[in-house]
Amino acid sequence: MHTIRLVVLTFFSLFTFTSHAALDIEITGGSAQQIPIAVVPFGNSTSLKQDMADIINADLRRSGLFRLLDTRGMPNKPTNATQVRHAEWAALQAQAVVVGNVTSIAGGKLKASFQLVDVLKQRTLADVDFQLKPKHARMTAHRIADVIYEKLTGKPGAFASRIAYVTKKGSRHYLYVADADGYNPQALVNSIEPVISPSWSPDGTKMAYVSFEKKKPIVFVHTLTTGKRKIVANYKGNNSAPSWSPDGRKLAIVLTYGANSQIYTINANGGGLKRITKSRGIDTEPVFSPDGKWIYFSSDRGGSPQIYKTSVNGGGASRVTFQGNYNVSPHFSKDGKLLSYIRNDGGSFKVAVKDMTTGQVQLLSQGRQDESPSFAPNGSMILYATKKGARGSLAAVSFDGKVRQSLKEARGDVREPAWGPMLK
Amino acid sequence: MTNPTNIRSKLLIAAAISVFLVGCKSTPIKDGAEVEDKSASASSADSSDVKGAVIDGSAANSNVNELNDPNSILSKRNIYFDYNSDTIRAEFRPNVEAHAKYLNAHTATKMTLQGNADERGAREYNLSLAQRRAVAVKKALNILGVSDSQIETVSYGEENANPNCASEDCYQQDRRVEIVYPNE
Repeated sequence: MHTIRLVVLTFFSLFTFTSHAALDIEITGGSAQQIPIAVVPFGNSTSLKQDMADIINADLRRSGLFRLLDTRGMPNKPTNATQVRHAEWAALQAQAVVVGNVTSIAGGKLKASFQLVDVLKQRTLADVDFQLKPKHARMTAHRIADVIYEKLTGKPGAFASRIAYVTKKGSRHYLYVADADGYNPQALVNSIEPVISPSWSPDGTKMAYVSFEKKKPIVFVHTLTTGKRKIVANYKGNNSAPSWSPDGRKLAIVLTYGANSQIYTINANGGGLKRITKSRGIDTEPVFSPDGKWIYFSSDRGGSPQIYKTSVNGGGASRVTFQGNYNVSPHFSKDGKLLSYIRNDGGSFKVAVKDMTTGQVQLLSQGRQDESPSFAPNGSMILYATKKGARGSLAAVSFDGKVRQSLKEARGDVREPAWGPMLK
Repeated sequence: MTNPTNIRSKLLIAAAISVFLVGCKSTPIKDGAEVEDKSASASSADSSDVKGAVIDGSAANSNVNELNDPNSILSKRNIYFDYNSDTIRAEFRPNVEAHAKYLNAHTATKMTLQGNADERGAREYNLSLAQRRAVAVKKALNILGVSDSQIETVSYGEENANPNCASEDCYQQDRRVEIVYPNE
């Protein structure tokens, strides 16, 4: 007999106030041509727990695209663009300098102003003010880092975003949501039974996932801000592998009534079930193409597991991967230009990326059991699960394989990462 | 037993408490639902029905000895599979036949077939593969006359796999269907 008890965590709100990182992120490889940049400590920021400049510094360093210069020995510490003496920074070989200032304003709020200065051209590249509550200082620093990243690389940043991942500690399974730098981890689910396959809604307000809390896999949609959980698929057999349509209105899911998993779509609030694939093999891990027209999925219909695509209206499927005898877990960059997936490469499972324009495939990761690739919202990095010894951890690699990060949690077995959209 | 109304109200309380404690309206997530199954057994009921099915405990208990006797083939509950395969190997036929014979003699008894996979490869693919293994055993039992109503299949994919595996011998232990009777 089922007696499902949902125990309210009276301590969960503590997660909101922790500002430690659950995941310790290390750069294990960087781009050959890094942009030299100096981030000067912000003025009047002593009221904050941490100088926003330190957070910006860490973000830029982690991207692997910047060389962060030490500002401690500099005679002048400008806090706005007019105070920047360009020659001093040019002597430090800085290409750009970031300066900023934080002041208190009405309503208990703060105003954070920052400027990005091009040292050689002696020109201000960005000048932005933010109004914020003090508790949003970290996220504001991430937004500033995003502006700097975009101005200097020409591509949008992804620092002001969040990630989800599953950690198993002892016999319990936790689905966490944390900032992209691993800070502010919050447990969305804490369950004695497995939780797998988290998938962010395109607007970042909801998470779909599979929970075994009723002794079988069932698909839930969890609203992050209210904590409301809704069962959207609980049919006979397995209900699994949810993935959102780009407009957020539908989910592709997998139902297994009998022997073989098949792909369906369902309304994001439940109902409207429609069968998409009809095969005699396993069809699973559906993802929508970013244009919303196709569903890519893995299937063993041809013998070994390979990636296929079919129209969102169903019908015939065509094969997408041809090299290797095991290609699974497709995931698109948001612009649809890159498709990442997992390939078994001579007994090692590695992250592969396919350029959808040229068809060229590159193996990016170096582990033996790499799984669950997920693109950053700006397409710069692919986050994935890896394994060393008995413990799972997370890693990230840039789309060109040049920058590598390792994300480690102090304890627990970490898996199933999913990188969310940019915060609004 | 907690009815669905209670669950909903507890969730509402959770949301209310978290709003009170957190007191802000932006990015923090205002609920972490702790999910704990306090049930004594894995029910074979359709799980859309939270009330579940009442399991006849006394009938199950009377059979405990026969099913658990180490000298009986009925105590051998694991059927192992090759890598990426759902074919029942010949060495496990006597095992399947013994359980079929038992179920045919005890038509009120239900069993659950729990499919499992080793940890290599994609988690969702392994969930599907393990389900196919469970169904392969179910079909073998059906052929031997066991009614569909006596068999429930469930897949745990690689969720119960041993994280310390580094050899084929170890992975082999994880690629299995477990035969589970009520109250076990």
